[in-house]
Amino acid sequence: MLNIKNLHVKLEEEDKQILKGVNLFLEPGKVHAIMGPNGSGKSTLSYVLSGKGGYEVTDGSAQLEGVDILDMEAEERAAAGLFLAFQYPVEIPGVGNMTFLRTAVNAQRKLRGEEEMSAGEFLKVVRAKAKDLKIDADMLKRPVNVGFSGGEKKRNEILQMAMLEPKMCILDETDSGLDVDAMKLVAQGVNALRDDKRTFLVITHYQRLLDHIKPDVVHIMANGRIIKTGGPELALEVENNGYADLLEEVA
Amino acid sequence: MAMDDIQVKDGVDAETVEAVKALSGTYKYGWNTEIEMEYAPKGLSEDIVRLISSKNDEPEWMLDWRLAAYRRWLELIEPDWAMVDYPTIDFQDQYYYARPKSMEEKPKSLDEVDPKLLETYKKLGIPLKEQALLAGVEAPEGERRVAVDAVFDSVSVGTTFKAELRKAGVIFCSISEAIREHPELVRKYLGSVVPVSDNYYATLNSAVFSDGSFVYIPPGVRCPMELSTYFRINAENTGQFERTLIIADKDSYVSYLEGCTAPQRDVAQLHAAVVELVLLDDAEIKYSTVQNWFPGDENGKGGIYNFVTKRADCRGDRSKVMWTQVETGSAVTWKYPSCVLRGDDSQGEFYSIAIANNMQQADTGTKMVHLGKNTKSRIVSKGISAGKAQNTYRGLVSMHPKAKNSRNYTQCDSLLIGDKCGAHTVPYIEVKNNSSRVEHEATTSKVDDDQLFYCRSRGMDEEEAVALVVNGFCKEVLQALPMEFAMEAQALVAISLEGSVG
Ligand SMILES: Nc1ncnc2c1ncn2[C@@H]1O[C@H](COP(=O)(O)OP(=O)(O)OP(=O)(O)O)[C@@H](O)[C@H]1O
Ligand SMILES: [Mg+2]
Repeated sequence: MLNIKNLHVKLEEEDKQILKGVNLFLEPGKVHAIMGPNGSGKSTLSYVLSGKGGYEVTDGSAQLEGVDILDMEAEERAAAGLFLAFQYPVEIPGVGNMTFLRTAVNAQRKLRGEEEMSAGEFLKVVRAKAKDLKIDADMLKRPVNVGFSGGEKKRNEILQMAMLEPKMCILDETDSGLDVDAMKLVAQGVNALRDDKRTFLVITHYQRLLDHIKPDVVHIMANGRIIKTGGPELALEVENNGYADLLEEVA
Repeated sequence: MAMDDIQVKDGVDAETVEAVKALSGTYKYGWNTEIEMEYAPKGLSEDIVRLISSKNDEPEWMLDWRLAAYRRWLELIEPDWAMVDYPTIDFQDQYYYARPKSMEEKPKSLDEVDPKLLETYKKLGIPLKEQALLAGVEAPEGERRVAVDAVFDSVSVGTTFKAELRKAGVIFCSISEAIREHPELVRKYLGSVVPVSDNYYATLNSAVFSDGSFVYIPPGVRCPMELSTYFRINAENTGQFERTLIIADKDSYVSYLEGCTAPQRDVAQLHAAVVELVLLDDAEIKYSTVQNWFPGDENGKGGIYNFVTKRADCRGDRSKVMWTQVETGSAVTWKYPSCVLRGDDSQGEFYSIAIANNMQQADTGTKMVHLGKNTKSRIVSKGISAGKAQNTYRGLVSMHPKAKNSRNYTQCDSLLIGDKCGAHTVPYIEVKNNSSRVEHEATTSKVDDDQLFYCRSRGMDEEEAVALVVNGFCKEVLQALPMEFAMEAQALVAISLEGSVG
């Protein structure tokens, strides 16, 4: 699904290297988790993959289903099936959440040369998905993320994901700021989307999310590189011992 | 919470984006109608004033009024305090009267109007048939019909729904017809809000105005449909000087819409309008404008110079006026729709979106003059600058000694797209009593890259993302517009900003 080779990324404005050769091979239908200390480059990886400006790829490649994505516009990557649930979702004053969602859904459809979703159908689908995530009608009407609580913002990201039905989902600390019940809702939302074709890359600091979204593979990222890859047990190891031992291993 | 409510509003926004996507090119109304015209000789003189008056079969008193204005104008000098810069206008190098030849014999009904003219309005999406609405809007059963007065260069081509409005006692016709048919009303109110000597352009307009709309709503009547005037400048080198007079008698209500477009020409054209609103006790007027005159090309060539005086006189107690404007066009805009809150407990509101892109210059705002007790005013201004444009909000709030316990709230937000444009806020506040309160809030921000990236990561292209974010920024004002106009305005916001990013 997503194939990242030797990815080197620096800041455009400064001479600061952030990713220093990331390799990741994500197969269709699998859930991969990335853990790693603060500032190790996890969010940067997700931004670079989804096309945010301000970064420069100095080496390496990233392919989505065999197609290079690093030269594509952000919206083209989205239409190709890439989705990022942001660590810090952005507020857009004055733009209704529902409007935003519908514009996004139809923009992607248009880019793919598909028919737009009718207003009636859209409303039906969004209502059902919002209900599953316990997002009430008022939140759909309010401006995108404005005044949403931290947890509401994260649930809203999952709603967008559910509406857009991407092939490759990247979740950047979607669990942070969620209470226990909201975490379950989000996990249910993700699990409902799991199938043998869709791939997830879940960035998290905590095992508790992985209790609900069972990963197939766990990677540890430190200082701009993947330093270790293993099974679900690797996450437990981090939970119990922290990163010190792992960092020492590679040092 | 009613989900159906969402559906309606949501529908508007999403369809707008569709509409925007479907449009190519930047100025959609830049085509020209090939039609045989009749012009008064170029230049301005007493003879031209007499000629305009006689073309309109005006009575003596009207001619005298015009001539007085003309003589007055000769003594005035063009104001230069606004933050706009344009080449000196040669007032002798303009035509002051242009009408389609086919309008020489006044058509008695719309059936007799030259098909070319009807075609022009059809192409603009303005219905001159009595069942239709503005383009693309389905009418819910018998509701939301719009009566239209269509003004083409110097003359009114026709007015729809006149008979039906007449039944309700509403007079809606061209001002030239009103001068002939309702002299008692016109004499009483014309120039009573914007005096002949008010300002340079208003005085010029008083001398040479050729047509425009007239509305009278009798006491106790709620106008049964929206009224609108659609101005089209077509002829070259021709100024358009329209005059609108709306009188809302006691306890009456009307919502009025004004739209404007012009062909794309590389020589600038002058538009100097005067709009007067009179409100008696308990009357209410909503006046909405979507101004989309040709803005000139990206190098600042051509476009309309828009010098407009609009004023509402809330003469009656508890009267209420609301100006809503979406200013996306014109090369130069000089416009301050104002409210004179004379009656006790009267209210004035001003909602404005002014967009300036490329080389456009806009100096616009409002005046709220509080004279009566317990008067209230509210100003919400959203200025958007892109390209190399300059956008100035200029507003006066004045609380007179007798305007006890009055309130004003002003909110003035500017949004910048790119770093070559400018936004300026020039508030003037005068408070001459100590029981009144004036609040002013102003913000200036840049279009936020993180917001744009967020939209794009969800599949919207850059222009769609900008349109969405900017429409969000303008939401409060868009919501003040009638539904049909809100859609058109949203689409316009997007079109006006095309090419402003990337
Ligand atoms: N635009 C930027 N300007 C300056 N430094 C940046 C920028 N973007 C990223 N960095 C730096 O790059 C490093 C990696 O940041 P990143 O946000 O990717 O870390 P992270 O692994 O997601 O951390 P966390 O777990 O705290 O979310 C950090 O040191 C950060 O300060
Ligand atoms: Mg992060």
